[in-house]
Amino acid sequence: MRGSSFRRIAIGVVVIAVIIAVIYGSSAPAPGEGFFGRLWPILNEFALWTAVQLGLIYGFVALGVYLSFRVLDFPDLTVDGSFPLGAAVTAALIVAGVNPWLALLASIAAGGVAGLITAVLSVRFRILHLLASILTMYALFSINIRVMGSSNLSLARQETILTPISALDLGLTAAQTRVVVIGLLLVLTAAALAWLLTSSFGLALRAAGANPRMARAQGISTSRSTYFGMALSNGLVALGGSLFAQTQLFADVTVGSGTIVIGLASVIIGESLLRSRSIWITLAGCVLGSVIYRLVYQWALTKDEICLGFCLEFRPSDLNLIAATIIALALILPRLGAGRGFR
Amino acid sequence: MIRVSGLEVTFGRGTPLEKRALQGIDITLEKGEFVCVIGSNGAGKSTLLSAIAGDVLPTAGRIEIDGIDVSRWPTAKRARLVSRVFQDPLAGSCADLTIEENLALAASRGQRRTLRHAITHGRHEAFRARVAELCLGLENRLKDRMGLLSGGQRQAVSLVMASLAPSSVLLLDEHTAALDPGMAAFVIGVTNQVVVESRLTTLMVTHSMSQALQVGSRTVMLHEGKVLLDVRGEERSRLTVEDLVARFQNVRGGKAIDDDALLMG
Repeated sequence: MRGSSFRRIAIGVVVIAVIIAVIYGSSAPAPGEGFFGRLWPILNEFALWTAVQLGLIYGFVALGVYLSFRVLDFPDLTVDGSFPLGAAVTAALIVAGVNPWLALLASIAAGGVAGLITAVLSVRFRILHLLASILTMYALFSINIRVMGSSNLSLARQETILTPISALDLGLTAAQTRVVVIGLLLVLTAAALAWLLTSSFGLALRAAGANPRMARAQGISTSRSTYFGMALSNGLVALGGSLFAQTQLFADVTVGSGTIVIGLASVIIGESLLRSRSIWITLAGCVLGSVIYRLVYQWALTKDEICLGFCLEFRPSDLNLIAATIIALALILPRLGAGRGFR
Repeated sequence: MIRVSGLEVTFGRGTPLEKRALQGIDITLEKGEFVCVIGSNGAGKSTLLSAIAGDVLPTAGRIEIDGIDVSRWPTAKRARLVSRVFQDPLAGSCADLTIEENLALAASRGQRRTLRHAITHGRHEAFRARVAELCLGLENRLKDRMGLLSGGQRQAVSLVMASLAPSSVLLLDEHTAALDPGMAAFVIGVTNQVVVESRLTTLMVTHSMSQALQVGSRTVMLHEGKVLLDVRGEERSRLTVEDLVARFQNVRGGKAIDDDALLMG
């Protein structure tokens, strides 16, 4: 099909080049330092573990966004609301004394319902998918405040899923424990998702997104596929939100803003690094993309200027611009390639 | 067996653009019958096919497949009775899935789709054998993306897909129209093989008059949403393309066929 190898190479080169250029250009040019020397000492150990931990949490978001954007071909902005929904439900339940694992499951269910609402608005009532998801996301802002009773909730000194594990005294720092626990959960989730997507049922889900007309002719109900896929996608994102609350020890209605961009960036970075037809590798790519995005983000937070030949004052708030630019470039470049070769 | 009675389909009812695509079609296909449907652009051929498949719901009338009234069933529900090959080679399969995955999708048509792995060893071997029958060498490319195949190869695989799961009706929507003549002839060959082997009741829409007379056992001509001609057996074998054209001009009040020279092919 249209220049798929060109597309792969183009995205990969751009993403990697941007990351390297920004890192290289902005690290202080110390005399006598080699090329790699300038690249490496970018994060201290604390920042590194924080970044990996957030990267893994947002790995769930990346899996969810992969499911909606890539598998179902459904651009879903609900995630900006279902991520804080997951955090809010978990925080509220834990504060109310509910077992943190139950709170986690409840968050997944809540996210699933949110996704289902978007899917019903879009499939059953024919509202444009993007608009349907924006409506749900918008409404979730109010819901999340209702759930928490206020716009934020602290989990300081509350029991979380990490409390009993930290008590085991495995010789790990708190940050490392979090990375191990979240990493394990993420690996299990990704494996379950990969298994699902390679089953007969999952193949039908992929067909419903890729070629709905063909899917219906093969007896697949595309509306039911969308309901299920959207519920699962937002359940995954809410799971990420729940883990966010349990590791960062707070929930806030504003933590969801930009979730979709982070998820999409992770998926795109992952695709450019590990492009494969294998679902297993693709899902691993999503997770890897999320961690890389977070590493770059964390590193950028430590910078106060970006030098690419000339120097610009840099603020953390500029990250939105950078992330949006990278995503836009990654989406534009393959089209340019396709336009040249065909038609 | 397909029984269509009093079938009417009207698009955009009550609007200035109202189009009565089918205006009372009565046609019965016996089990195992292979019917070619021909007609000019806008005659209602594709609408008839879509109505049987479930993509278009009838405004009036009834559609029965194997004695079951399916008139109100959605496409997905009818899929356990109906298999299909589309005109556009890209429409009948998923370009981004492998040949094998496409076959697996089709093999589960009309059945419960479980959480078991879609491509088991047994299935893989069965697919290999079926695809090898095409003699296109595709049996060694089962893990290639469907999108890498040519139009003709995709149509051939689509026919295999159509015959993997049991069904009683095969609908072919000008499935050779997008192919070069050599490949079209090959795909027609595969079609005949599949229809005979699976004893399918087949409805094939075609644009080519010669194809309509040579392929299958019965020819139906549609015009402005009605059945104009329905021939089979000896009467059909005596018909020539010229006869068809003449009949066609008759109903048009002697006007020459102006809209598509393709009919002559």
